[in-house]
Amino acid sequence: MIYMDNAAATRLDERVWEAMRPYYLDSFAVATSEFGHSMGLDARETLVNARTELTQRLGIKEKELVFTSGDTESSNTALKGVARSLEDKGKHIVVSAIEDFPVLNSAKALERRGYKVTYLPVDADGLLDMEALKSALTKETVLVSVQQANQEIGTLQDLKAIGEIAHDKEVLFHTDATHAFARVPTDYGRLPVDLVTISAHTIHGPKGVGGLLVKEGTPFSKWMDGGFQENNLRAGLENIPGIVGFAKAAELVSEEENERIRKMRDVLIERLLSEVEDTMLNGHRTKRVPQNANITYHYVEGESITLHLDMREIEVSTGSACFSRSLEASHVIMGIGGNHERAHGSIRYSLGRFNRIEEAQEVVEAMKDIIKRLREISPLKHKGGK
Amino acid sequence: MPLPYNAIVMEHFKNPRNVGKMENPDGKSTVGSPACGDMVSVYLEVDEKTKVITKVMFESYGCASNIATGSIITELAKGKTLEEAKKITWKEASDALGGLPKIKSHCSVLAVEGLRDAITNYEEKHGLVVEKVPTTLEVIRRRLKNVLNPLTGLDIVRTSLVTEMGIKDGVVTISIDLPEDHQFANNIKEEIKEKIETLWDVTRVDLVFKK
Repeated sequence: MIYMDNAAATRLDERVWEAMRPYYLDSFAVATSEFGHSMGLDARETLVNARTELTQRLGIKEKELVFTSGDTESSNTALKGVARSLEDKGKHIVVSAIEDFPVLNSAKALERRGYKVTYLPVDADGLLDMEALKSALTKETVLVSVQQANQEIGTLQDLKAIGEIAHDKEVLFHTDATHAFARVPTDYGRLPVDLVTISAHTIHGPKGVGGLLVKEGTPFSKWMDGGFQENNLRAGLENIPGIVGFAKAAELVSEEENERIRKMRDVLIERLLSEVEDTMLNGHRTKRVPQNANITYHYVEGESITLHLDMREIEVSTGSACFSRSLEASHVIMGIGGNHERAHGSIRYSLGRFNRIEEAQEVVEAMKDIIKRLREISPLKHKGGK
Repeated sequence: MPLPYNAIVMEHFKNPRNVGKMENPDGKSTVGSPACGDMVSVYLEVDEKTKVITKVMFESYGCASNIATGSIITELAKGKTLEEAKKITWKEASDALGGLPKIKSHCSVLAVEGLRDAITNYEEKHGLVVEKVPTTLEVIRRRLKNVLNPLTGLDIVRTSLVTEMGIKDGVVTISIDLPEDHQFANNIKEEIKEKIETLWDVTRVDLVFKK
Protein backbone atom coordinates (compact mmCIF):
# COMPACT_ATOMS: atom_id res chain seq x y z
CA MET A 1 0.00 0.00 0.00
CA ILE A 2 1.18 3.51 -0.81
CA TYR A 3 -0.02 5.91 1.85
CA MET A 4 0.07 9.58 0.87
CA ASP A 5 -2.47 11.00 3.28
CA ASN A 6 -0.01 11.98 6.01
CA ALA A 7 -1.65 15.37 6.55
CA ALA A 8 -4.66 13.50 7.91
CA ALA A 9 -2.76 11.02 10.08
CA THR A 10 0.65 9.38 10.07
CA ARG A 11 1.84 5.91 10.93
CA LEU A 12 3.49 5.81 14.35
CA ASP A 13 7.24 5.31 14.19
CA GLU A 14 8.38 2.13 16.02
CA ARG A 15 10.97 4.15 17.91
CA VAL A 16 8.23 6.43 19.17
CA TRP A 17 6.22 3.41 20.25
CA GLU A 18 9.24 1.94 22.06
CA ALA A 19 9.79 5.22 23.88
CA MET A 20 6.13 5.36 24.95
CA ARG A 21 5.70 1.72 25.90
CA PRO A 22 7.34 1.75 29.37
CA TYR A 23 5.08 4.62 30.42
CA TYR A 24 2.03 2.49 29.81
CA LEU A 25 3.37 -0.77 31.27
CA ASP A 26 6.11 -0.06 33.81
CA SER A 27 6.16 3.52 35.00
CA PHE A 28 2.54 4.51 34.71
CA ALA A 29 2.17 7.01 37.54
CA VAL A 30 1.28 10.65 36.98
CA ALA A 31 3.53 13.58 37.68
CA THR A 32 1.28 14.98 40.38
CA SER A 33 2.23 12.00 42.56
CA GLU A 34 5.84 13.20 42.72
CA PHE A 35 5.71 13.82 46.46
CA GLY A 36 3.95 10.57 47.17
CA HIS A 37 6.17 7.91 45.60
CA SER A 38 9.16 7.31 43.39
CA MET A 39 7.13 6.26 40.37
CA GLY A 40 5.47 9.66 40.50
CA LEU A 41 8.88 11.26 40.70
CA ASP A 42 9.92 9.33 37.61
CA ALA A 43 6.81 10.63 35.83
CA ARG A 44 7.68 14.20 36.81
CA GLU A 45 11.23 13.80 35.51
CA THR A 46 10.01 12.24 32.30
CA LEU A 47 7.56 15.09 31.75
CA VAL A 48 10.27 17.69 32.42
CA ASN A 49 12.65 16.00 30.00
CA ALA A 50 10.06 15.77 27.23
CA ARG A 51 9.15 19.40 27.73
CA THR A 52 12.82 20.42 27.59
CA GLU A 53 13.36 18.45 24.39
CA LEU A 54 10.38 20.10 22.68
CA THR A 55 10.82 23.64 23.95
CA GLN A 56 14.49 23.69 22.87
CA ARG A 57 13.40 22.64 19.42
CA LEU A 58 10.75 25.34 19.34
CA GLY A 59 13.03 28.04 20.74
CA ILE A 60 10.82 28.85 23.72
CA LYS A 61 10.96 28.70 27.51
CA GLU A 62 9.85 25.53 29.25
CA LYS A 63 6.91 27.13 30.97
CA GLU A 64 5.68 28.43 27.63
CA LEU A 65 4.51 25.02 26.41
CA VAL A 66 1.18 23.55 27.49
CA PHE A 67 0.53 19.95 26.49
CA THR A 68 -2.96 19.33 25.11
CA SER A 69 -4.99 16.58 23.47
CA GLY A 70 -4.05 17.79 19.98
CA ASP A 71 -4.36 20.69 17.60
CA THR A 72 -8.13 20.99 17.94
CA GLU A 73 -7.88 21.60 21.68
CA SER A 74 -4.89 23.90 21.24
CA SER A 75 -6.58 26.17 18.71
CA ASN A 76 -9.88 26.17 20.61
CA THR A 77 -8.01 27.15 23.77
CA ALA A 78 -6.08 29.87 21.98
CA LEU A 79 -9.05 31.54 20.31
CA LYS A 80 -11.68 31.12 22.99
CA GLY A 81 -9.17 31.64 25.82
CA VAL A 82 -7.88 34.94 24.46
CA ALA A 83 -11.39 36.08 23.63
CA ARG A 84 -12.53 35.40 27.18
CA SER A 85 -9.46 37.02 28.77
CA LEU A 86 -9.76 40.17 26.73
CA GLU A 87 -13.51 40.58 26.49
CA ASP A 88 -13.21 43.97 28.17
CA LYS A 89 -10.86 45.16 25.43
CA GLY A 90 -13.06 44.25 22.50
CA LYS A 91 -14.94 41.59 20.62
CA HIS A 92 -13.26 41.35 17.26
CA ILE A 93 -10.99 38.62 15.96
CA VAL A 94 -9.31 38.20 12.59
CA VAL A 95 -8.63 34.86 10.88
CA SER A 96 -7.68 33.84 7.35
CA ALA A 97 -10.37 32.37 5.13
CA ILE A 98 -8.43 29.14 4.57
CA GLU A 99 -7.78 28.13 8.19
CA ASP A 100 -8.31 24.53 9.21
CA PHE A 101 -11.53 23.71 11.06
CA PRO A 102 -10.28 24.06 14.68
CA VAL A 103 -9.57 27.76 14.07
CA LEU A 104 -12.35 28.40 11.56
CA ASN A 105 -15.08 26.81 13.64
CA SER A 106 -13.81 28.33 16.90
CA ALA A 107 -14.10 31.71 15.16
CA LYS A 108 -17.62 30.83 14.02
CA ALA A 109 -18.54 29.76 17.55
CA LEU A 110 -17.36 33.13 18.85
CA GLU A 111 -19.34 34.84 16.09
CA ARG A 112 -22.48 33.15 17.39
CA ARG A 113 -21.68 34.56 20.82
CA GLY A 114 -21.65 38.09 19.49
CA TYR A 115 -18.05 38.47 18.38
CA LYS A 116 -17.24 40.13 15.11
CA VAL A 117 -14.98 37.97 12.95
CA THR A 118 -13.07 39.14 9.88
CA TYR A 119 -12.15 36.40 7.41
CA LEU A 120 -9.11 37.63 5.53
CA PRO A 121 -8.76 36.80 1.83
CA VAL A 122 -5.72 35.08 0.36
CA ASP A 123 -4.29 35.34 -3.14
CA ALA A 124 -4.29 32.65 -5.85
CA ASP A 125 -1.32 30.91 -4.20
CA GLY A 126 -2.92 31.03 -0.76
CA LEU A 127 -0.80 33.87 0.62
CA LEU A 128 -2.50 36.24 3.02
CA ASP A 129 -3.56 39.66 1.78
CA MET A 130 -1.41 41.86 4.04
CA GLU A 131 -3.24 45.05 3.14
CA ALA A 132 -6.53 43.43 4.13
CA LEU A 133 -4.93 42.44 7.44
CA LYS A 134 -3.74 45.98 8.10
CA SER A 135 -7.10 47.51 7.40
CA ALA A 136 -8.97 44.85 9.39
CA LEU A 137 -7.33 45.69 12.70
CA THR A 138 -9.24 48.04 14.98
CA LYS A 139 -9.17 49.06 18.64
CA GLU A 140 -11.64 46.26 19.27
CA THR A 141 -9.42 43.55 17.78
CA VAL A 142 -8.10 41.10 20.35
CA LEU A 143 -6.55 38.36 18.20
CA VAL A 144 -5.22 37.56 14.75
CA SER A 145 -5.08 33.85 13.91
CA VAL A 146 -3.32 32.85 10.70
CA GLN A 147 -1.93 29.38 10.10
CA GLN A 148 1.74 28.76 9.40
CA ALA A 149 1.04 26.17 6.70
CA ASN A 150 -2.17 25.23 4.98
CA GLN A 151 -3.60 21.75 5.56
CA GLU A 152 -4.62 21.20 1.93
CA ILE A 153 -2.35 23.21 -0.33
CA GLY A 154 0.70 23.51 1.95
CA THR A 155 1.23 27.25 1.42
CA LEU A 156 3.47 28.82 4.07
CA GLN A 157 2.57 32.23 5.44
CA ASP A 158 5.05 34.92 6.43
CA LEU A 159 4.61 34.72 10.21
CA LYS A 160 7.11 37.49 10.87
CA ALA A 161 5.31 40.01 8.66
CA ILE A 162 1.87 39.06 10.00
CA GLY A 163 3.05 39.15 13.62
CA GLU A 164 4.66 42.56 13.17
CA ILE A 165 1.47 44.02 11.74
CA ALA A 166 -0.55 42.56 14.62
CA HIS A 167 1.91 43.64 17.32
CA ASP A 168 2.17 47.10 15.82
CA LYS A 169 -1.52 47.47 16.66
CA GLU A 170 -1.06 45.70 20.02
CA VAL A 171 -3.05 42.72 18.87
CA LEU A 172 -2.13 39.17 19.87
CA PHE A 173 -1.11 36.69 17.17
CA HIS A 174 -1.91 32.97 17.16
CA THR A 175 -0.72 30.59 14.48
CA ASP A 176 -1.83 27.03 13.79
CA ALA A 177 1.47 25.31 12.98
CA THR A 178 0.05 21.77 12.83
CA HIS A 179 1.19 21.20 9.25
CA ALA A 180 4.51 23.04 9.49
CA PHE A 181 5.81 21.89 12.88
CA ALA A 182 9.12 19.99 12.53
CA ARG A 183 8.78 19.78 8.72
CA VAL A 184 9.63 23.49 8.56
CA PRO A 185 11.98 24.05 11.52
CA THR A 186 10.95 27.34 13.09
CA ASP A 187 12.32 29.29 16.02
CA TYR A 188 9.04 30.50 17.49
CA GLY A 189 10.89 32.21 20.32
CA ARG A 190 12.31 34.78 17.93
CA LEU A 191 9.09 35.30 15.95
CA PRO A 192 6.42 37.85 16.86
CA VAL A 193 3.87 35.15 17.70
CA ASP A 194 2.09 34.81 21.04
CA LEU A 195 0.37 31.46 20.70
CA VAL A 196 1.24 28.48 18.52
CA THR A 197 -0.70 25.26 17.94
CA ILE A 198 1.30 22.07 17.33
CA SER A 199 0.42 18.39 17.17
CA ALA A 200 2.16 15.01 17.25
CA HIS A 201 -0.10 13.23 14.78
CA THR A 202 1.42 14.81 11.67
CA ILE A 203 5.01 13.71 12.44
CA HIS A 204 4.61 9.97 13.15
CA GLY A 205 3.82 10.63 16.79
CA PRO A 206 0.76 9.43 18.70
CA LYS A 207 -2.75 10.70 18.03
CA GLY A 208 -4.41 12.77 20.74
CA VAL A 209 -1.31 14.67 21.81
CA GLY A 210 -0.50 18.25 20.95
CA GLY A 211 0.73 21.45 22.43
CA LEU A 212 -0.07 25.11 22.71
CA LEU A 213 2.81 27.53 22.97
CA VAL A 214 1.81 30.42 25.17
CA LYS A 215 4.45 33.12 25.31
CA GLU A 216 5.12 34.57 28.73
CA GLY A 217 2.75 37.40 29.58
CA THR A 218 0.07 36.38 27.09
CA PRO A 219 -3.41 36.73 28.59
CA PHE A 220 -4.63 33.20 28.96
CA SER A 221 -7.63 31.65 30.51
CA LYS A 222 -7.85 28.10 31.70
CA TRP A 223 -11.16 26.62 30.65
CA MET A 224 -11.25 23.09 32.05
CA ASP A 225 -11.61 22.93 35.81
CA GLY A 226 -9.80 20.22 37.71
CA GLY A 227 -6.25 19.91 38.94
CA PHE A 228 -3.30 22.28 38.71
CA GLN A 229 -1.36 20.49 35.99
CA GLU A 230 0.66 22.26 33.31
CA ASN A 231 1.54 25.27 35.46
CA ASN A 232 -2.12 25.55 36.27
CA LEU A 233 -2.85 26.31 32.62
CA ARG A 234 -4.59 23.05 31.76
CA ALA A 235 -6.33 20.70 34.16
CA GLY A 236 -6.27 16.99 33.47
CA LEU A 237 -4.07 13.98 33.91
CA GLU A 238 -0.80 14.45 32.03
CA ASN A 239 -0.64 12.08 29.08
CA ILE A 240 2.91 10.99 29.94
CA PRO A 241 3.29 8.24 27.31
CA GLY A 242 1.79 10.53 24.68
CA ILE A 243 4.03 13.42 25.63
CA VAL A 244 7.10 11.16 25.60
CA GLY A 245 6.02 10.00 22.14
CA PHE A 246 5.53 13.58 21.01
CA ALA A 247 9.05 14.57 22.08
CA LYS A 248 10.53 11.46 20.47
CA ALA A 249 8.61 12.06 17.24
CA ALA A 250 9.91 15.64 17.06
CA GLU A 251 13.45 14.43 17.75
CA LEU A 252 13.27 11.94 14.87
CA VAL A 253 12.45 14.52 12.21
CA SER A 254 15.71 15.56 10.59
CA GLU A 255 16.78 18.06 7.96
CA GLU A 256 17.89 15.16 5.74
CA GLU A 257 14.46 13.56 6.01
CA ASN A 258 12.70 16.81 5.14
CA GLU A 259 14.99 17.18 2.14
CA ARG A 260 14.25 13.60 1.02
CA ILE A 261 10.51 14.29 1.33
CA ARG A 262 10.87 17.54 -0.58
CA LYS A 263 12.52 15.65 -3.46
CA MET A 264 9.63 13.18 -3.62
CA ARG A 265 7.16 16.06 -3.59
CA ASP A 266 9.01 17.71 -6.47
CA VAL A 267 8.90 14.50 -8.48
CA LEU A 268 5.12 14.41 -8.00
CA ILE A 269 4.61 18.07 -8.87
CA GLU A 270 6.97 18.22 -11.82
CA ARG A 271 6.01 14.94 -13.42
CA LEU A 272 2.26 15.27 -12.89
CA LEU A 273 2.15 18.82 -14.24
CA SER A 274 4.25 17.99 -17.28
CA GLU A 275 3.00 14.49 -18.09
CA VAL A 276 -0.72 14.93 -17.50
CA GLU A 277 -2.30 17.67 -19.59
CA ASP A 278 -4.81 20.20 -18.25
CA THR A 279 -3.51 20.16 -14.69
CA MET A 280 -2.62 22.91 -12.28
CA LEU A 281 -0.79 23.18 -8.98
CA ASN A 282 -2.77 24.40 -5.99
CA GLY A 283 -0.72 26.43 -3.53
CA HIS A 284 2.54 28.30 -3.87
CA ARG A 285 5.29 26.51 -5.81
CA THR A 286 8.14 27.33 -3.40
CA LYS A 287 6.53 28.81 -0.27
CA ARG A 288 5.08 25.45 0.68
CA VAL A 289 5.77 22.67 3.17
CA PRO A 290 8.05 19.92 1.85
CA GLN A 291 5.44 17.18 2.31
CA ASN A 292 2.54 18.58 0.27
CA ALA A 293 1.59 18.41 -3.40
CA ASN A 294 -1.93 19.39 -4.46
CA ILE A 295 -2.95 19.19 -8.09
CA THR A 296 -6.20 19.82 -9.95
CA TYR A 297 -7.02 17.58 -12.89
CA HIS A 298 -9.55 19.36 -15.07
CA TYR A 299 -12.65 17.57 -16.43
CA VAL A 300 -12.61 14.80 -13.80
CA GLU A 301 -13.95 14.44 -10.28
CA GLY A 302 -11.86 13.82 -7.16
CA GLU A 303 -13.85 11.08 -5.46
CA SER A 304 -13.72 9.00 -8.63
CA ILE A 305 -9.95 9.50 -8.70
CA THR A 306 -9.44 8.55 -5.04
CA LEU A 307 -11.56 5.41 -5.44
CA HIS A 308 -9.57 4.34 -8.50
CA LEU A 309 -6.36 4.99 -6.58
CA ASP A 310 -7.70 3.04 -3.62
CA MET A 311 -8.32 0.04 -5.87
CA ARG A 312 -4.60 0.21 -6.64
CA GLU A 313 -3.86 0.57 -2.92
CA ILE A 314 -2.84 4.21 -3.12
CA GLU A 315 -4.31 6.47 -0.44
CA VAL A 316 -4.71 10.20 -1.00
CA SER A 317 -7.37 12.85 -0.39
CA THR A 318 -9.45 15.32 -2.47
CA GLY A 319 -11.11 18.72 -2.05
CA SER A 320 -14.12 17.69 -4.15
CA ALA A 321 -17.56 18.43 -2.76
CA CYS A 322 -18.60 14.85 -3.55
CA PHE A 323 -15.98 13.62 -1.12
CA SER A 324 -17.15 15.65 1.86
CA ARG A 325 -20.06 14.77 4.08
CA SER A 326 -21.28 18.35 3.90
CA LEU A 327 -21.20 18.35 0.07
CA GLU A 328 -19.26 21.57 0.22
CA ALA A 329 -16.25 22.02 -1.99
CA SER A 330 -13.00 22.64 -0.15
CA HIS A 331 -13.08 26.12 1.40
CA VAL A 332 -9.34 26.30 0.78
CA ILE A 333 -9.56 25.74 -2.98
CA MET A 334 -12.55 28.08 -3.13
CA GLY A 335 -10.54 30.58 -1.07
CA ILE A 336 -7.66 30.66 -3.55
CA GLY A 337 -9.83 31.00 -6.63
CA GLY A 338 -13.50 30.73 -5.80
CA ASN A 339 -13.71 27.96 -8.33
CA HIS A 340 -15.89 24.90 -7.90
CA GLU A 341 -14.39 23.14 -10.90
CA ARG A 342 -10.89 23.45 -9.47
CA ALA A 343 -11.94 21.84 -6.20
CA HIS A 344 -13.91 19.15 -8.05
CA GLY A 345 -10.75 17.57 -9.51
CA SER A 346 -8.20 18.41 -6.82
CA ILE A 347 -6.01 15.72 -5.26
CA ARG A 348 -3.79 16.19 -2.21
CA TYR A 349 -0.69 14.02 -1.84
CA SER A 350 0.82 14.42 1.63
CA LEU A 351 4.08 12.62 2.23
CA GLY A 352 5.76 11.22 5.29
CA ARG A 353 8.75 9.32 6.58
CA PHE A 354 7.69 5.98 5.15
CA ASN A 355 7.24 7.08 1.56
CA ARG A 356 9.92 6.19 -0.96
CA ILE A 357 10.85 7.84 -4.22
CA GLU A 358 9.73 4.74 -6.17
CA GLU A 359 6.27 5.24 -4.68
CA ALA A 360 6.13 8.78 -6.04
CA GLN A 361 7.03 7.42 -9.49
CA GLU A 362 4.41 4.69 -9.18
CA VAL A 363 1.74 7.20 -8.17
CA VAL A 364 2.54 9.31 -11.25
CA GLU A 365 2.07 6.27 -13.51
CA ALA A 366 -1.19 5.35 -11.80
CA MET A 367 -2.47 8.92 -12.08
CA LYS A 368 -1.71 9.08 -15.79
CA ASP A 369 -3.75 5.96 -16.40
CA ILE A 370 -6.67 6.90 -14.12
CA ILE A 371 -6.99 10.44 -15.45
CA LYS A 372 -6.94 9.12 -19.00
CA ARG A 373 -9.69 6.63 -18.20
CA LEU A 374 -11.89 9.13 -16.39
CA ARG A 375 -11.44 11.76 -19.10
CA GLU A 376 -12.53 9.24 -21.69
CA ILE A 377 -15.92 9.16 -20.02
CA SER A 378 -16.11 12.87 -19.16
CA PRO A 379 -18.47 15.09 -21.17
CA LEU A 380 -16.20 18.06 -20.53
CA LYS A 381 -13.02 16.71 -22.01
CA HIS A 382 -13.93 16.93 -25.69
CA LYS A 383 -16.18 19.95 -25.36
CA GLY A 384 -14.13 22.08 -23.01
CA GLY A 385 -10.70 20.93 -24.12
CA LYS A 386 -8.63 23.11 -26.36
CA MET B 1 -15.55 -3.32 2.44
CA PRO B 2 -15.02 -0.08 4.36
CA LEU B 3 -16.22 2.09 1.45
CA PRO B 4 -19.72 3.54 1.59
CA TYR B 5 -20.49 1.85 -1.74
CA ASN B 6 -21.61 -1.75 -2.15
CA ALA B 7 -20.03 -4.26 -4.53
CA ILE B 8 -22.57 -3.70 -7.35
CA VAL B 9 -22.00 0.05 -7.30
CA MET B 10 -18.25 -0.45 -7.30
CA GLU B 11 -18.48 -2.90 -10.18
CA HIS B 12 -20.44 -0.39 -12.31
CA PHE B 13 -18.03 2.35 -11.27
CA LYS B 14 -15.02 0.26 -12.31
CA ASN B 15 -16.56 -1.03 -15.53
CA PRO B 16 -19.26 1.41 -16.57
CA ARG B 17 -21.57 0.10 -19.34
CA ASN B 18 -22.54 2.14 -22.42
CA VAL B 19 -20.02 4.83 -21.73
CA GLY B 20 -18.75 7.40 -24.23
CA LYS B 21 -19.89 9.98 -26.71
CA MET B 22 -22.34 9.00 -29.45
CA GLU B 23 -21.82 10.56 -32.86
CA ASN B 24 -25.03 11.97 -34.35
CA PRO B 25 -27.39 10.91 -31.58
CA ASP B 26 -31.15 11.13 -32.13
CA GLY B 27 -31.60 12.69 -28.71
CA LYS B 28 -29.16 14.06 -26.18
CA SER B 29 -28.87 16.08 -23.01
CA THR B 30 -26.36 17.36 -20.49
CA VAL B 31 -27.46 18.07 -16.94
CA GLY B 32 -25.57 19.28 -13.91
CA SER B 33 -25.96 19.18 -10.16
CA PRO B 34 -25.92 22.50 -8.38
CA ALA B 35 -25.16 20.68 -5.11
CA CYS B 36 -21.77 19.28 -5.98
CA GLY B 37 -20.88 20.19 -9.54
CA ASP B 38 -21.31 16.75 -11.11
CA MET B 39 -22.39 16.61 -14.75
CA VAL B 40 -23.88 13.89 -16.95
CA SER B 41 -24.49 13.69 -20.71
CA VAL B 42 -26.93 11.13 -22.13
CA TYR B 43 -27.15 10.16 -25.82
CA LEU B 44 -29.99 8.21 -27.44
CA GLU B 45 -30.44 6.25 -30.63
CA VAL B 46 -34.15 5.67 -31.20
CA ASP B 47 -36.02 3.54 -33.73
CA GLU B 48 -38.24 6.07 -35.47
CA LYS B 49 -41.08 3.65 -36.07
CA THR B 50 -41.29 1.74 -32.83
CA LYS B 51 -39.89 4.53 -30.60
CA VAL B 52 -37.71 1.94 -28.93
CA ILE B 53 -34.33 3.06 -27.55
CA THR B 54 -31.90 0.93 -29.54
CA LYS B 55 -28.74 2.42 -28.13
CA VAL B 56 -28.01 4.67 -25.19
CA MET B 57 -24.68 6.07 -24.00
CA PHE B 58 -23.57 8.37 -21.22
CA GLU B 59 -20.63 10.43 -20.05
CA SER B 60 -19.90 11.58 -16.51
CA TYR B 61 -17.94 14.36 -14.87
CA GLY B 62 -18.77 13.02 -11.47
CA CYS B 63 -18.22 10.79 -8.49
CA ALA B 64 -18.59 7.04 -8.18
CA SER B 65 -22.35 7.07 -7.55
CA ASN B 66 -22.84 9.36 -10.52
CA ILE B 67 -20.88 7.04 -12.81
CA ALA B 68 -22.56 3.91 -11.46
CA THR B 69 -26.05 5.37 -11.87
CA GLY B 70 -25.24 6.47 -15.42
CA SER B 71 -24.18 2.93 -16.12
CA ILE B 72 -27.28 1.29 -14.63
CA ILE B 73 -29.75 3.78 -16.09
CA THR B 74 -28.47 3.15 -19.61
CA GLU B 75 -28.79 -0.59 -19.00
CA LEU B 76 -32.36 -0.11 -17.78
CA ALA B 77 -33.34 2.18 -20.67
CA LYS B 78 -31.92 0.05 -23.47
CA GLY B 79 -34.68 -1.77 -25.39
CA LYS B 80 -37.49 0.20 -23.76
CA THR B 81 -39.83 2.55 -25.61
CA LEU B 82 -39.51 6.25 -24.89
CA GLU B 83 -42.72 6.15 -22.86
CA GLU B 84 -41.43 3.25 -20.76
CA ALA B 85 -37.98 4.79 -20.31
CA LYS B 86 -39.50 8.09 -19.15
CA LYS B 87 -40.99 6.28 -16.19
CA ILE B 88 -37.71 4.89 -14.86
CA THR B 89 -37.25 6.37 -11.41
CA TRP B 90 -34.24 7.06 -9.25
CA LYS B 91 -35.58 4.44 -6.84
CA GLU B 92 -35.48 1.78 -9.57
CA ALA B 93 -31.93 2.76 -10.52
CA SER B 94 -30.83 2.77 -6.89
CA ASP B 95 -32.52 -0.61 -6.24
CA ALA B 96 -30.84 -2.10 -9.30
CA LEU B 97 -27.54 -1.00 -7.82
CA GLY B 98 -28.36 -2.59 -4.47
CA GLY B 99 -28.77 0.79 -2.77
CA LEU B 100 -26.79 4.03 -2.67
CA PRO B 101 -25.70 6.14 0.30
CA LYS B 102 -28.42 8.72 1.08
CA ILE B 103 -26.02 11.65 0.90
CA LYS B 104 -25.24 10.66 -2.67
CA SER B 105 -28.80 10.80 -3.94
CA HIS B 106 -28.33 14.11 -5.78
CA CYS B 107 -25.38 12.77 -7.79
CA SER B 108 -27.37 9.73 -8.83
CA VAL B 109 -30.65 11.55 -9.50
CA LEU B 110 -28.69 13.41 -12.13
CA ALA B 111 -28.40 10.42 -14.45
CA VAL B 112 -32.17 9.86 -14.25
CA GLU B 113 -32.78 13.51 -15.12
CA GLY B 114 -30.28 13.20 -17.93
CA LEU B 115 -32.20 10.31 -19.46
CA ARG B 116 -35.54 12.16 -19.21
CA ASP B 117 -34.03 15.29 -20.72
CA ALA B 118 -32.57 13.32 -23.60
CA ILE B 119 -36.01 11.83 -24.27
CA THR B 120 -37.59 15.32 -24.20
CA ASN B 121 -34.85 16.47 -26.55
CA TYR B 122 -35.73 13.63 -28.95
CA GLU B 123 -39.44 14.40 -28.77
CA GLU B 124 -38.92 18.07 -29.46
CA LYS B 125 -36.60 17.41 -32.38
CA HIS B 126 -39.07 14.97 -33.90
CA GLY B 127 -42.15 17.09 -33.43
CA LEU B 128 -43.63 14.78 -30.85
CA VAL B 129 -44.51 17.56 -28.46
CA VAL B 130 -48.25 17.92 -28.58
CA GLU B 131 -48.67 21.16 -26.68
CA LYS B 132 -47.24 24.01 -28.73
CA VAL B 133 -46.78 26.86 -26.27
CA PRO B 134 -45.04 29.95 -27.71
CA THR B 135 -41.53 30.41 -26.40
CA THR B 136 -41.17 33.31 -24.01
CA LEU B 137 -38.20 34.68 -22.09
CA GLU B 138 -39.55 32.83 -19.07
CA VAL B 139 -39.39 29.51 -20.95
CA ILE B 140 -35.82 30.26 -21.98
CA ARG B 141 -34.84 31.25 -18.46
CA ARG B 142 -36.31 28.05 -17.09
CA ARG B 143 -34.35 25.95 -19.58
CA LEU B 144 -31.11 27.83 -18.94
CA LYS B 145 -31.45 26.99 -15.27
CA ASN B 146 -30.52 23.46 -16.28
CA VAL B 147 -27.21 24.58 -17.73
CA LEU B 148 -24.46 24.37 -15.16
CA ASN B 149 -21.68 26.90 -14.77
CA PRO B 150 -18.73 24.53 -14.19
CA LEU B 151 -16.84 27.29 -12.45
CA THR B 152 -19.26 27.53 -9.57
CA GLY B 153 -21.29 24.35 -9.73
CA LEU B 154 -24.45 26.48 -9.92
CA ASP B 155 -26.67 27.20 -12.92
CA ILE B 156 -25.68 29.92 -15.37
CA VAL B 157 -28.71 32.09 -14.61
CA ARG B 158 -28.21 32.14 -10.87
CA THR B 159 -24.49 32.84 -11.19
CA SER B 160 -25.16 35.78 -13.56
CA LEU B 161 -23.19 34.18 -16.37
CA VAL B 162 -26.17 35.04 -18.58
CA THR B 163 -26.20 38.82 -18.82
CA GLU B 164 -28.94 39.35 -21.42
CA MET B 165 -31.64 37.39 -23.22
CA GLY B 166 -33.87 38.26 -26.12
CA ILE B 167 -36.26 36.59 -28.56
CA LYS B 168 -37.48 37.96 -31.88
CA ASP B 169 -39.01 36.13 -34.86
CA GLY B 170 -37.76 32.76 -33.71
CA VAL B 171 -34.20 34.00 -33.11
CA VAL B 172 -32.99 33.76 -29.50
CA THR B 173 -30.04 35.92 -28.43
CA ILE B 174 -28.18 35.14 -25.23
CA SER B 175 -25.24 37.15 -23.87
CA ILE B 176 -22.68 35.27 -21.82
CA ASP B 177 -20.24 36.87 -19.40
CA LEU B 178 -17.27 34.81 -20.59
CA PRO B 179 -14.70 35.39 -23.32
CA GLU B 180 -15.14 33.11 -26.33
CA ASP B 181 -11.78 31.41 -25.78
CA HIS B 182 -12.54 30.45 -22.16
CA GLN B 183 -11.96 26.77 -21.39
CA PHE B 184 -15.67 26.14 -20.84
CA ALA B 185 -17.10 28.58 -23.40
CA ASN B 186 -17.61 25.89 -26.00
CA ASN B 187 -19.14 23.54 -23.54
CA ILE B 188 -21.64 26.11 -22.28
CA LYS B 189 -22.46 27.17 -25.84
CA GLU B 190 -23.27 23.63 -26.92
CA GLU B 191 -25.41 23.04 -23.89
CA ILE B 192 -27.38 26.23 -24.34
CA LYS B 193 -28.01 25.46 -28.00
CA GLU B 194 -29.07 21.95 -27.14
CA LYS B 195 -31.59 23.20 -24.57
CA ILE B 196 -33.07 26.05 -26.63
CA GLU B 197 -32.77 25.12 -30.30
CA THR B 198 -35.17 22.23 -29.98
CA LEU B 199 -38.08 24.48 -28.97
CA TRP B 200 -40.63 24.20 -31.77
CA ASP B 201 -40.80 27.88 -32.67
CA VAL B 202 -37.08 28.68 -32.30
CA THR B 203 -35.19 28.82 -35.58
CA ARG B 204 -31.79 29.96 -34.35
CA VAL B 205 -29.81 30.63 -31.15
CA ASP B 206 -27.16 33.36 -31.22
CA LEU B 207 -24.62 33.53 -28.43
CA VAL B 208 -22.79 36.74 -27.69
CA PHE B 209 -19.57 36.27 -25.72
CA LYS B 210 -17.75 38.96 -23.77
CA LYS B 211 -15.31 40.98 -25.87
